[in-house]
Amino acid sequence: MGRPKIYRAISTACLALTISSIALAEEPPVLTVYTYDSFVAEWGPGPKIKEAFESGCACRLDFVALEDGVALLTRLRLEGANSKADIVLGLDTSLTAEAAATGLFVPHETILDDLALPVAWNDRIFVPFDYGYFAVVYDRTALPNPPASLRDLVEGDPAQKLLIEDPRTSTPGLGLLLWMRAVYGDDAPAAWRKLKRRILTVTKGWSEAYGLFTDGEAPMVLSYTTSPAYHVIAENETRYAAASFAEGHYLQVEVAGRLAGSEQPELAGRFLAFMLSPAFQSAIPTTNWMFPAIDLPEGLPPAFADLVAPAKALLIEPGKVAANRKRWTDEWLAAMSQ
Amino acid sequence: MSRLLAGSLALLLLGLVVGGAFGALILAAPRLEAGDLFTDPYLRHVVLFTIFQALASTILSVGLALPVARALARRETIPGRAVLLRLFSLPLVMPTLAAILGIVAVYGHAGLLNQAATALGLAPGQYLYGLSGILIAHVFFNLPLAVRLLLPAWRAVPGESWRLASQLGMRSGDVWRVIEWPLIRQILPSVSGIIFMLCFTSFAVVLTLGGGPAATTLEVAIYQALRLEFDLGRAVALSLAQIGLCAAIIGAVQMLGREVPLTPALGRVSDRPDLAGVAGRVFDTAAIAAAMTFVALPMIMLLSAGLDGPLAAVLADPQLWRAISRSLTVAVLAAALALALGAAMLILARELRLRRGRPRGAAAIELAGSLTLVVPPLVLGAGLFVLLSPVADIYAVGLALVTVVNAVMGLPYVLRVLGPAMDRTARRYDRLCDGLGVRGWNRLRLVEWPSVRREAGLALALVAALSVGDLGAIALFGTQDTETLALLLYRRMGAYRLDAAATTALVLLTVCLALFAGIERVVGGRAATRS
Amino acid sequence: MPQLVLESVEFRYEDMVMSFGLRVESGECLAIVGPSGGGKSTLLALIAGFERPLSGRVLIDGADVTFLPPAARPVSLLFQEHNLFAHLTVFDNVAIGIHPGLRLDDESRARVTGALNAVGLEGLERRRPAELSGGQRQRVALARSLVRRRPLLLLDEPFAALGPAQRREMMTLVDDLRASHRLTVLFVTHQPEDAWHWAPRTAFVHEGRIIAVDGTRRLFVTRTVPEIDAYLGWMRFGEA
Repeated sequence: MGRPKIYRAISTACLALTISSIALAEEPPVLTVYTYDSFVAEWGPGPKIKEAFESGCACRLDFVALEDGVALLTRLRLEGANSKADIVLGLDTSLTAEAAATGLFVPHETILDDLALPVAWNDRIFVPFDYGYFAVVYDRTALPNPPASLRDLVEGDPAQKLLIEDPRTSTPGLGLLLWMRAVYGDDAPAAWRKLKRRILTVTKGWSEAYGLFTDGEAPMVLSYTTSPAYHVIAENETRYAAASFAEGHYLQVEVAGRLAGSEQPELAGRFLAFMLSPAFQSAIPTTNWMFPAIDLPEGLPPAFADLVAPAKALLIEPGKVAANRKRWTDEWLAAMSQ
Repeated sequence: MSRLLAGSLALLLLGLVVGGAFGALILAAPRLEAGDLFTDPYLRHVVLFTIFQALASTILSVGLALPVARALARRETIPGRAVLLRLFSLPLVMPTLAAILGIVAVYGHAGLLNQAATALGLAPGQYLYGLSGILIAHVFFNLPLAVRLLLPAWRAVPGESWRLASQLGMRSGDVWRVIEWPLIRQILPSVSGIIFMLCFTSFAVVLTLGGGPAATTLEVAIYQALRLEFDLGRAVALSLAQIGLCAAIIGAVQMLGREVPLTPALGRVSDRPDLAGVAGRVFDTAAIAAAMTFVALPMIMLLSAGLDGPLAAVLADPQLWRAISRSLTVAVLAAALALALGAAMLILARELRLRRGRPRGAAAIELAGSLTLVVPPLVLGAGLFVLLSPVADIYAVGLALVTVVNAVMGLPYVLRVLGPAMDRTARRYDRLCDGLGVRGWNRLRLVEWPSVRREAGLALALVAALSVGDLGAIALFGTQDTETLALLLYRRMGAYRLDAAATTALVLLTVCLALFAGIERVVGGRAATRS
Repeated sequence: MPQLVLESVEFRYEDMVMSFGLRVESGECLAIVGPSGGGKSTLLALIAGFERPLSGRVLIDGADVTFLPPAARPVSLLFQEHNLFAHLTVFDNVAIGIHPGLRLDDESRARVTGALNAVGLEGLERRRPAELSGGQRQRVALARSLVRRRPLLLLDEPFAALGPAQRREMMTLVDDLRASHRLTVLFVTHQPEDAWHWAPRTAFVHEGRIIAVDGTRRLFVTRTVPEIDAYLGWMRFGEA
């Protein structure tokens, strides 16, 4: 008779259901932080920061990792007031205006006296935690003559490939979009059509593009002026360098903000304050490979002295970015898909 | 009365889900100014690329399948023929992502092909991503399918035709022109139509191997509009374009490809006059060997890369086990839901056809179940998204939505597999049951189940396997907290951690095949193993 | 010289071992009768070359054809059905008997037309098999065997599906063609009256052997072979 077997099938299904619904036991208060995935990688700042913060808060710090910075904002829009996040960490200056306009964030109440950024900071909602300059990082062994300007990059040999990130998900991707805007103005779509020939693939986040680059898939990747420091410090490897561009480099200030719907407002406030403390900031240069938002007592690692210093920091005003991001992204899509 | 009730409820539920999603898209379109997007150059490019890649994939798959199918039809005794046919049924149930991993391991930058090229002193060849990657993957999935769909044409050749051909002294070319091609030509439109449709709505392949906006299909663009941009207007415009095009394609296939009943004849292929030629033998052997290599190589590479990878670390990861249990739960529930819906609809259809003399009503019901082909998973998902996002936390009910979408997607398979068996049972036993007063639950238990059990098991297994391998719905609704095995694999692939990804892919493949075999055996009973 | 000789042709089909010996004179019309599964169709298949004997020889016109492929034998075999290609016209279905690639000169075209006239199908050249009656279809097949100019015509119950009047008509046609084209005809039938009417001689096939070949009337009337009686359903005294 087949009947016992049917029961077996049903009980298998029930077992699977139970396993998946086993609830976790009672826990201390949990602070949920949405961030991008390279932040929580084993080699990223996440593990250190989690340990440092948890040691003094009698709480648990949970990171939820998304592809990259722009995906954070998209996700937040989708979830709206239902979001589980208490803190969003990893938006940047091109997104702050839009993020503030969602009304999902509350002012930070954090003291910003120690900030040491290349720009003045008077945002009432978002707290900066690091900054950097976008740059094309290249492999010296594969590319002896790197482009000397953004125009060089656009006009150069299509056989030498570049890896970029998608501006719909990634802040470096969006950064390049704005960089092209800042340099080319309304001619940016035409420049993208030209640059497209050099682009090997468009990844969703920075870590994917950078992973492909270090695997040798392409000689150039869109990253930061600080990236070569990682290879020098962590690997003692000098083959990677950032190309200095004559037009200047686009500035990115990475920020965090706390959400109005947070069930742990006090904990969230403490996290933002912690973010500007040396315990957090000291981890930034050699884990997130960016410049810290404050002057570190111990100063920067020596390898940072050899980095490309941008001739000019480019930045489009956040309000203007917010008003045009959709249109510029669509133009990029149209240019890239032709 | 209850015979009509269950089926009507199933139809109502299907109507609510599919109609609700569709209605939400239509109603949302003007509000979101989706119409404006139809003049958008991006959308135009996406549509054109979607059609182009589907056309190219179809031509390649079917074109390459023809010599292989002919070789297999002619060489009944060639060694490995049975293995090859079994191998060719694998891509149908294999999770797309797992296969893609195997393809990357063969054709990718660090893949077998480039390794071989480097070893031979050649420059490593093309990068897999983009159109070439999409085409390779689509041919991998659809060449075997095309071969299996084409083969029955040869079995339908009456034995007399082969004898006649021998008597008339036909050569290979004559046999092809006079006997084989006329039969093939009749089924070619429907075979090509099925494959075109599969490539047209392909999601996982394009998402993982597309490599940027230049190679984006409508399904992927819908996903990106929702997940990357949260641009409902664009998602609606893309979805409506997708529905319109799918309907047009299915309509065209229906018109071009008359369903030709291929009744297997008892002819012996050994009566063919063109078996002795050396050139033909060499060609057939080469075609079979090439097809076997093409299909088997990615599977072998997946196996070796997966076992080479950090197997212990991957298996020790609790994330993996949570993902497996979610995948199994969704798959089993989706399969059960699809079977319940399908069986109820079939009972209603058969009641109308056999007892109430309403064959057209019955056909309409069966068509309604297959209509979901016009609304591919991403479109259905987008519709549910637009419909439910104002009233519910989409991600909180994500797995439930994935289950429903997978069940609806599996419905056509249930109808196809279970339908003939249910009809046969009714024709055979309706009078007997009526005479003996066996009705309702008793009839279901004592008459229907034993006679359709094998088919029911197969249908359940098919839907469950498809659900485990599906990336479409879960990509739309999944989060870190509701990650299924397929989504976990996608994320690992996205991070280009290919060693861990290959191992995860192997786990996914194992789970999928084990679930398929397990359900087929447990539900289908011992008889199921025969097929 | 006999047209066809089978010299102890042995063949095995599953468990049944068959052994046939037969002589057929030129211009003869021989009926082959016997119970189902006895090997009648196999006998024709061996003559036409679709089956290879384990041992023994098949001689046609004195030449050993045992190892010749079907196309090389001076034989045409008509099946019960599927004698025509469904997608080809009547004309092409006949023409394919002249050239398997359908490349025909004017003379060959005239032959096709002539053959179609001979079987009474003038004017139907453009039709397709689906537009013909069962009898007409077999006429097309007969026309094809005429243009192939093979002296030995084998009929494997091609008229079994026709009604009595049509069957008689077709058999008359075959007999006329036999006379006019000097054919030798072997036909398998399940109807004793076909043999009675059209075949001066009949071979009785039983369990893989030709157990009797004789004048048809003598075979049926003298009732010396018990298997034939059993086949025809005539009871003999002394049996139950």
